[in-house]
Amino acid sequence: MAVMNSVQARAPVPFEQSSRRSLLKRMWRWRYIYLFIIPTLIYFLIFSYIPYYGLTIAFKDFKLYSGIDASPWVGLEYFKEFFNSPDFGILLKNTLLISLYRIIFGFPMPIIFALLLNEVRHMPYKRVIQTVTYFPNFLSWVVYAGIIIVFIAPSGVINQVLKSFGMPEVQILTSSTYFVPMLIVTDILKGFGFGAIIYLAALSNIDPQLYEAAVIDGAGKFAQIWNVTLPGIRSTIVVMLILALGGVMNAGFDQIFQLYNASVQDVSDIIDTFVYRIGLQSAQYSLGTAVGLFKGVIGFILIFTANSVVRRTGEYSIW
Amino acid sequence: MAINLSLRKKRVDDQAIGVSTSNRLMRNPWYGEVIIYMVLLIAGLVTILPIWLVVVRSFSPTNIISQYPFLLWPIDATLDAYTYIFGTATLLNSFGLTVFITAVGTALNLIMTILAAYGLSKREIPFNSLLMGLIVFAMLFSAGIVPTFMVVRQVGLIDSIWSLIIPQLVSPFNLILMRNYFWSVPPELEESAKMDGATDLRVLVSIVLPLSMPAIATIGLFYAVGHWNEFFGALFYIMDNTKWPLQLLLRSIIIENNFQNMGSAGGWGEVHIRMINPENIKAATIVFATVPILMVYPFLQRYFVQGVKLGAIKG
Repeated sequence: MAVMNSVQARAPVPFEQSSRRSLLKRMWRWRYIYLFIIPTLIYFLIFSYIPYYGLTIAFKDFKLYSGIDASPWVGLEYFKEFFNSPDFGILLKNTLLISLYRIIFGFPMPIIFALLLNEVRHMPYKRVIQTVTYFPNFLSWVVYAGIIIVFIAPSGVINQVLKSFGMPEVQILTSSTYFVPMLIVTDILKGFGFGAIIYLAALSNIDPQLYEAAVIDGAGKFAQIWNVTLPGIRSTIVVMLILALGGVMNAGFDQIFQLYNASVQDVSDIIDTFVYRIGLQSAQYSLGTAVGLFKGVIGFILIFTANSVVRRTGEYSIW
Repeated sequence: MAINLSLRKKRVDDQAIGVSTSNRLMRNPWYGEVIIYMVLLIAGLVTILPIWLVVVRSFSPTNIISQYPFLLWPIDATLDAYTYIFGTATLLNSFGLTVFITAVGTALNLIMTILAAYGLSKREIPFNSLLMGLIVFAMLFSAGIVPTFMVVRQVGLIDSIWSLIIPQLVSPFNLILMRNYFWSVPPELEESAKMDGATDLRVLVSIVLPLSMPAIATIGLFYAVGHWNEFFGALFYIMDNTKWPLQLLLRSIIIENNFQNMGSAGGWGEVHIRMINPENIKAATIVFATVPILMVYPFLQRYFVQGVKLGAIKG
């Protein structure tokens, strides 16, 4: 496109035609390559771009039997309904708060774990620890939630143990005090090992000469970590942090959906769970689409900004 | 790209990443070492013990489970729970469906992704960046659950297991990963093959693919694990519970405590549930769904580590 525009800008008409012809000729030369791409393009057209048209449902009083086109426009009706409902504040607060807790408590864990692993010189020990801690990452949240429930259910392991010590039981699954901390802790348990990989890769790229120099300068172990190790992985940490901040509208649908219930809805209902309940389960398609669109737009702005910032740090960009 | 190339050379010692000579330069004081090894031991134990405990429960009889909540080795081990779940038609049926979806889905994913990624790796084709931009935009801005549901409904995939395959044919993330990998294949190899009159498909299949096996294995496993753990697609699109894939059935059994969906085991299911503690059936179901992952775990670990590293430097 850029090429065509610049040509159009200064060339007279006949030249433009010939350049268009040469463009077609170039495209013809790559016709088999285009053939490779076309199935994927059709796929994205149908399952990513046609749904954009479906976003108009958010501005219509959509009825399934009349279809999108025949449903009447209602403008911003459903957005007003959402923003004026008490749900809005609760959902936004829960979504952002849970994301924030995940960043504050969950984000540093893989870094600390990677730094500790990096100090291990006994390779078999290191390998065993890695093999074990990476594993839960591959389990689905259904399975992992099943394992968590074995522990925190009313008559689960934790309560049985508490009872045997004569202590009062805790109902974590239905407690609005303990539920969110439980989400954060179990998410860390499932992911801290695998999350460390990217930092381990960064650590292995630090030039050993830097350590030699630090030792010659008389740096102790902590001085080395502070002056060599951390600066060496700083850019990776910054990139991961910015990406995490870019994703704050996603508070962990997979995990929360498997564990939440009516008693903890006030603290654990997030935008995604609401969109599913309203948009598909109770078939309020227009409201569901409107809320989903609200989330999609904010999320897009955040991740786009995050990428621009990452790009400006000069390290790498996500796309 | 330089990093990509060096990655291929280094891929053998994936598990050894993080070994820097720094460790040999200066040892930690002995108490430092002890603390580090202990903390890591605890990290390992807190990840593995919950899973191990569930495995033990799956082999334990009712009275033992309620008597010893924190059992680390089975007492009076029994296979009752497994006998029960293998006697139910539904769980095996779901398992079969999921195996089918994983196999066929991953194969189609790979064909589509490899072809498109190879095409898009040719930076000189007209409109390349426009096409890439369209795909990246689709990755960053999704229309959301409801509009996507409407399309899936419109194309007639509701209650069809193909709704778990077709709406997820290509992952933009894997496409970008694959395209970046293709950039690291030396162009001279392709050019000389083309001089000899090979078609684009021929070049891709016999020159480029053999050099790209590590990346293909990586994205293949990404896709396969995605299909195996697929939950939301089935939740949204499949209402008919005889067509539930594994994860949806698992949810109803292990989270919602709903054993009816399991069907009766040879007609005496109801009685049997009362005889066996559902806790050990739940545990056995969890183990049943995890064993296939465990069986391919060595591959998963190796190639996912590689995928994370490839992904980290994409673009």
